[in-house]
Amino acid sequence: MTMKARHLLGLEYLDREDIELILKTTKSFREILDRPIKKVPTLQGKTVVNLFFEPSTRTRISFELAEKRLSADSVNFSKEGSSVKKGETLLDTARNIEAMKIDFVVIRHQSPGAPHFLAQKLESRVINAGDGAHEHPTQGLLDMVTMTDKHPTFKNLRVGIVGDISHSRVAMSNIHGLLKMNAKVTVCGPATLIPREIEKLGVHVCYDIDELIPRVDVLNILRIQLERQESGLFPSLREYHNYFGITRQRLEKATKPITIMHPGPINRGVEISSDVADSEHSVILDQVTNGVAVRMAVLYLLAGGEHVTN
Amino acid sequence: MDFRTKAKLITSEDMRRTIIRLAHEIVEKNRGVKDLVIIGIYTRGAYLATRISKKIEEIETQKIPTGYLDSTLYRDDFRTRLKQPKVQVTNISFQIDEKNIVLVDDVLFTGRTIRAALDALMDFGRPNRIDLAVLVDRGHRELPIKADFVGKNIPTSVGEEVRVKLKEVDDEDCVYLVEQVSGGKE
Repeated sequence: MTMKARHLLGLEYLDREDIELILKTTKSFREILDRPIKKVPTLQGKTVVNLFFEPSTRTRISFELAEKRLSADSVNFSKEGSSVKKGETLLDTARNIEAMKIDFVVIRHQSPGAPHFLAQKLESRVINAGDGAHEHPTQGLLDMVTMTDKHPTFKNLRVGIVGDISHSRVAMSNIHGLLKMNAKVTVCGPATLIPREIEKLGVHVCYDIDELIPRVDVLNILRIQLERQESGLFPSLREYHNYFGITRQRLEKATKPITIMHPGPINRGVEISSDVADSEHSVILDQVTNGVAVRMAVLYLLAGGEHVTN
Repeated sequence: MDFRTKAKLITSEDMRRTIIRLAHEIVEKNRGVKDLVIIGIYTRGAYLATRISKKIEEIETQKIPTGYLDSTLYRDDFRTRLKQPKVQVTNISFQIDEKNIVLVDDVLFTGRTIRAALDALMDFGRPNRIDLAVLVDRGHRELPIKADFVGKNIPTSVGEEVRVKLKEVDDEDCVYLVEQVSGGKE
């Protein structure tokens, strides 16, 4: 079993076999997290630099834990108080850090394509931890692993992605990954938050959440950012909740339980009501646990030399 | 690299008898099955562990806790070898503290897999004792490790390999001695 990609830049650029390999390997790493000693010596001597140009708590902690669980050495970089503030370019920052002899760069950046740029310029393996509104591949992968915990196969699995599709890298990674695995994906939200011609990717579009709910197995509910309301894309958070918020009453229209997912952080009472977020069909915290396992699997698979089947 | 089969060293009948003998030896050395647990190393060691465990259950009419271990992540050749084996799900659903573990693998060769498995087990707890049972010991150890229960000693040369086939994955029960054929297609 070998992974073909050298870097993890986005699910758009991985083929189906690589995605399947990562999902399968994740299940093996998931078990390590339940051991009394949650650490294996696999990446001893490897160094990972977490370059975070955007604030992040969950993703950064998740990557850091994954690195530590595999015994890699990790260093964190954040924009605040760094040479970037003094005007250094992304490339210079990255080249300087690479000159200190490292093996992996995990990068979160506000500009789409920043990880691709580094992958072309650096020797290190690059992992995209979110680039603008483009992709967040490890989130896409952890969402997919969590779906397989509840549903045996992606084939004909009906997934609804609800919320701000236009500004969401999580949505894009989900769409690319799920479509490669032959799931059926529908995006739903106010027309102002759904990109024009998104159907061309192969997804369905629905503007009415009550129409969508009876026709899905999984709902992946995106965070609604306050700034979007301030820029006039929808009138108020309350109105958003009234039209698109996932509530128990709305879910009662489904004939069978729907798996509820959310990438976090949750705005309780906006995109999702508290009782749904905490319900027995919510797998939001499983997503977080799977996130560490997915990142371990990705680091492990990218760390190998020229891979040969055993 | 191509391989040519040199000999069938163990037939399915031989294997059945060998597993019965190993089961008896394990029970004898442990003076019963108190605190006995069996852990197989993936892939074929896991199937052998299940078979030995079932056989002991027949002999002693008592279920033996049986687990499965993937030692890949503890291997010392991950950094140097250009090989990336598939990682499988370790499944040890019982405490190993104060237990007498019999670790099971198919072939004992350099001893490096066993070293990795021992390190992995130490992260799960502190067993009372660990014994090693293997179907085939082919020599060429690189570490001070020896098996406590051996199905068959098969002295081999370095160019040869021992291939264990098990019904659970290979459709037959047997052990072949194969050798590398030079000039084979890359």
